Amino acid sequence: MLSSEIYDIIIIGGGVIGCNIARALSKYNLKICLLEKNADIAMGTTKANSGVIHAGYSAERQYIKRNLCIRGNKLYTQAAKELNFPFKRIGSFVVAFEVEEIKLLEELRKKGIEDGVLDLELILDKQKILKMEPHLSEDVIGVLHAPSAGIVSPYEMTFALAENAAINGVKFFRNQEVIKIDHSEYTFKITTPRNEFKCSNLINCAGLYSAKISKMLGLDYFDITPRKGEYILFDRNSIQLNKILFPTQTKLSKGILVCPTFHGNAFVGPNAQNINDLEDTSTTTAGLKEILEGARKLVPNLPLRASIQNFAGLRAVSNTYDFIIDNTEIYGFINVAGILSPGLTSSFAIAEKVIDILELLGVELKLKDNYNPYRPKPERFTDFSKKQLEKKIKEDSSWGRIICRCEKISEREILNAIQAPVGATTLDGVKFRCRAGMGRCQAGFCRPRVMEILSNELNIPYQAITKKGEDTNILIAKTKDLLLTQLLEKGNLK
Amino acid sequence: MKECEDTGIIKTIRCIVCPTGCLIEVREDIEGKNTFQGYTCKRGLEYAQQEFFEPKRIMTTTIKIDNAIHPLLPVRSNKPLLKEKLNEAFQIIANTTIKAPVKMGDILIKNITNEDVNIIASRDMEKK
Amino acid sequence: MNTYKTDVAVIGSGAAGLAAAIEVKKAGLEVLLLERGIELGGILMQCIHNGFGIKEFDKELTGPEYAQLFIDQVNQLQIPYKLDTMVIEIAFDNKLYAVNKNEGLIEIIPKAIILAMGCRERTRGAINVPGFRPAGIFTAGQVQRFVNIEGYLPGKTIVILGSGDIGMIMARRLTWEGCKVKAVVEIQPYVSGLLRNEVQCLEDYNIPLITSYTVTKIHGKDRLKGVTIEAVTKDYDRIIGTERFIECDALLLSVGLIPENELTRDAGAEISSMGGPVINNNLETTLEGVFACGNVLQVHDLVDLVTAEAKRAGKNAVDYINTRYKKKLKTIQSICLFPGNNVNYVKPDNISLSENIHDIIINLRVKNPDRRVQINIKDDTNRIIYKKKKSYVIPSEMIELNIKINEIDLNPNCNGLIIEVIPLLEPLIE
Repeated sequence: MLSSEIYDIIIIGGGVIGCNIARALSKYNLKICLLEKNADIAMGTTKANSGVIHAGYSAERQYIKRNLCIRGNKLYTQAAKELNFPFKRIGSFVVAFEVEEIKLLEELRKKGIEDGVLDLELILDKQKILKMEPHLSEDVIGVLHAPSAGIVSPYEMTFALAENAAINGVKFFRNQEVIKIDHSEYTFKITTPRNEFKCSNLINCAGLYSAKISKMLGLDYFDITPRKGEYILFDRNSIQLNKILFPTQTKLSKGILVCPTFHGNAFVGPNAQNINDLEDTSTTTAGLKEILEGARKLVPNLPLRASIQNFAGLRAVSNTYDFIIDNTEIYGFINVAGILSPGLTSSFAIAEKVIDILELLGVELKLKDNYNPYRPKPERFTDFSKKQLEKKIKEDSSWGRIICRCEKISEREILNAIQAPVGATTLDGVKFRCRAGMGRCQAGFCRPRVMEILSNELNIPYQAITKKGEDTNILIAKTKDLLLTQLLEKGNLK
Repeated sequence: MKECEDTGIIKTIRCIVCPTGCLIEVREDIEGKNTFQGYTCKRGLEYAQQEFFEPKRIMTTTIKIDNAIHPLLPVRSNKPLLKEKLNEAFQIIANTTIKAPVKMGDILIKNITNEDVNIIASRDMEKK
Repeated sequence: MNTYKTDVAVIGSGAAGLAAAIEVKKAGLEVLLLERGIELGGILMQCIHNGFGIKEFDKELTGPEYAQLFIDQVNQLQIPYKLDTMVIEIAFDNKLYAVNKNEGLIEIIPKAIILAMGCRERTRGAINVPGFRPAGIFTAGQVQRFVNIEGYLPGKTIVILGSGDIGMIMARRLTWEGCKVKAVVEIQPYVSGLLRNEVQCLEDYNIPLITSYTVTKIHGKDRLKGVTIEAVTKDYDRIIGTERFIECDALLLSVGLIPENELTRDAGAEISSMGGPVINNNLETTLEGVFACGNVLQVHDLVDLVTAEAKRAGKNAVDYINTRYKKKLKTIQSICLFPGNNVNYVKPDNISLSENIHDIIINLRVKNPDRRVQINIKDDTNRIIYKKKKSYVIPSEMIELNIKINEIDLNPNCNGLIIEVIPLLEPLIE
């Protein structure tokens, strides 16, 4: 059914990079679709990301990621305005405890300013530092302050990109793991367990699987190693941080940071551990201990009792240690791979670079007449004044039924998450789109109700509702089913 | 209740009458007569005798109900029934569906395992 | 916007809210009961096992039966209630805002408020179990709801972490529904729920209770495939080499309850470190005219004690309206209570001395189990003003002291009282 259509562009991978490119290309008169392996977009590396928008001083000058990060940071202001995703420039501190570290910070500052990072300043006045971030360790002797650094909700941003791309004509297909790619005469044929897709240009944004995709076309020039980072999330209001706090940098990563989320939680992490398994997002006792110890150097009074969740993400590290954004030797095939930190920050700049490559390839980039760059801000019960609330519930009574008690999420918001373009089809999908189940009870109360709504909206049985797609069903049978099976075995079933 | 290998003591029963949790030992002599030791109150002895000779339990479960606000109605046995009959009773209930409305105390299944024990509703449940 | 005026607004219609509302109505005042679920009764409706009501009714009732007896009274007394209604704010002057589908935003203007929102369960994140995040991990109470009310089973082979009462009761419940419960794993060296549940829920069905062990790894990326358990020292450090894998497709957590106080906190009431609001001996929070009872205040082990506490809250709210409401009274001397040796927490947090106080009920929990102890109340000069002997104390059993004020030698000018539980040296004569 789908195989007859030939797309101008197919994007493999629905993470922040794939969705960003999809949205950037959706302004042109092109036939585009995106294929995602998981049951939902943004559920891979994008989901378990720090959500820090870096200022751009940290990567070394020989890497392309340095300039993409500095450029990408600047693009956030406009993008957040158009797409209405949660973003705030709260500023970051790189914290020094030793005199040698100050020297390092000064060098970062100098080079950063030369390369266009805005407003970088070295602060050595301890009183001033602690006033700006009262939770910081008293052992601090200086910080590099980057006011342009910010925090974003990476998955909400990705949903926003996808929604906007979808209303501008990009088709999204989920549960489509690419298992084979054939290439002939300017056409790529992509096979998934369910369908076949054809296109003339193929963009590989498959994250951890990007080397595998590239090899399907015989291009075996880079490798991807998963590097695990573990996190611990704290309850809202348990600690109020003003700044993103980094220790002075190590070779493997930017170190364990302590950071507020956009929604007022705090988190600590990530550590950095190279592993082999592309699917191993398990947390470990040792890892959780490591990040807590690291984080306590920055913030000694972490509210340990208020931790509500731990999780791990995998960075896609290429053997070039840099981003790979390549117009490959196969005409029309573009690799966008090895996008680790500052990949989220750079994502808008990466999309620009991909457009440049497509232009080079001679793809006709004609602007659409009806392109709409705006995606409205999702309405939230908690954002309404009493007057608005009164009006809203009168117009639509589902605003008047609170489903998630911890986060005060109404039935309407859950319906919106499901009914949105590229909407939620799983419990995690609902949770990450509208925060139902994100609070301190972690869906203890609202899970049955959200399942009921999903079941009605998607017209599937309650028992078929999954946490995150195939093989992740929440429930296994109806009460009494196992007893009835026993009876059946005895031959006594009525 | 635990089986004991020690000759003479044929069973040890942990008393649950109060939180003290006395261990009550049951012995059997050659004629098959049983004696109880280790209890510290009369209720404890009675409990141990019941547990030893004829252990019984109140059963609480749910039963499928049609046309009500919930798919299941909580039910209980009106008095304790033999522990060994519990699973049979659960299977009978699993294979039964009742209709709303019901009132708390309504008898839903009479004489469930032929011990003169009835299954009764644990609450009111309206029609949908 | 609909506005309701009433004497007392009760938030929550579980065991606490029902009893408090009935108490207020019986005293002749108007009361409005606000419930966010679709029916009255709260969590009791999913607690279908028996063992409720021994103190209150001298009968062994199931949770729904216990609730039904109060619901019947609510109906007889024609107490108005609103279902599917969520209170979203306690505003200035104790005005309440709530929402529901039919009426939209509602304003409630009461003279006093009784908080009875109950508690919620601690989750996996709160105890930081490492590993994957597959489907198949539940809190015990959530499974209780799925199995007993929604009508679904969480898995076929089950491991339960935590030997709290809900965990043990769910072990039996799932066994009765045909599931295989492989183990109940407890990090402490002793079972944390009641003895009768250990015997009747676990031993009856040969379910292994593994103490001084905890779950240290979750296996399975999609659906849970099993857990690794490991022995721990008494400081909860893992003992290397004791790992055991248990195959299961559902893990239930019964690792504690936390009072639910979003509303209370947002209203500006002081919250104590155990999670419940700071209260005085009238069960009044730091907000005048706002009372708290049941699990929103402190987690109880018996519903009968919740009922008793809720009746006190109802009575105190009535007293407040009849004597203090909108009247300027001279500030009352207040004495703080502090937990001392082997005391985890104590409620109330302070005692307001006034002329009409005769009895003070003090609740506390110990940190560690002990046998043959003395409970002392000491004033700030280290003088013991009250003592009581007990043959045993355990953390899972809340201790209640009912103190007659004229029987203790309390210096009204003292700054604070310390409550301690110390081992007895001489043999106890019972």
